[in-house]
Amino acid sequence: MTKRRIEPLVWLTFSGGGVIAATILPILAFLFALAFPLGWIDPPDYDHLAAIVRNPLTFLVLMGLFVPMLVHAAHRFRYTLYDGLQVKHTIVVAMLCYGGAAVIATAAFYHLAKALELLRR
Amino acid sequence: MTQPASDDLLYRRPISLWWWTKKRTYFVFVMRELSSIFIAWFVVYLALFVRAIGQGETAYDDFLDRAASPWLVVINLVAFAFVVLHLVTWFSLTPQAMVVNLRGRRVPPAAILGGQYVGLFVVSAVVFWLVMG
Repeated sequence: MTKRRIEPLVWLTFSGGGVIAATILPILAFLFALAFPLGWIDPPDYDHLAAIVRNPLTFLVLMGLFVPMLVHAAHRFRYTLYDGLQVKHTIVVAMLCYGGAAVIATAAFYHLAKALELLRR
Repeated sequence: MTQPASDDLLYRRPISLWWWTKKRTYFVFVMRELSSIFIAWFVVYLALFVRAIGQGETAYDDFLDRAASPWLVVINLVAFAFVVLHLVTWFSLTPQAMVVNLRGRRVPPAAILGGQYVGLFVVSAVVFWLVMG
């Protein structure tokens, strides 16, 4: 019964996370993971980035992006394991996928909050 | 006969673990599903980036240096390719999942597809502007 009630919510978050990963993630990944480290584009100076992270709104927005993307990833990977690798331990797989997403979300929450706190001192 | 109708009463033709390598569409399907791991990876990466910013300028510079190390560059290039695969497949599925009617007429799928790329461009431009300042 519980499963039935929670399933539509997971699918909804899956879609939301999918949209975020398709529209906002590409530019973020491109800039921060490739263009800045590799010097394709000069990164903005540290003070500017620190000012962005110092804004509590950034914390809220980033968590609002991260959590649905993690649910999206966990949900999709769960079915990849079922169908692709044909792992049939459904409960274990679901717990590992959603559990992994929850661990990452908690760690992200902690580090983002910590960065916010450090910069506001 | 106390057993319920479970798997062991049914014959199922065993499927090879490599079924998805036999056809291009199957392969793309599995690659698309695997994009999920790389999306999660970028969440981790971006959170670490923010952490480095919080720790000060030295930590931030160190992080940028480490992000330019060969193995991280390879991981991020592969991950980025998967994110692009995700966005292309996600956008192309939307017109099939969503029928939009405007003044009683169905909006052609190509228009929805095009609209999404315009949206991607606008969002990217806004994020770029916010980040670069």
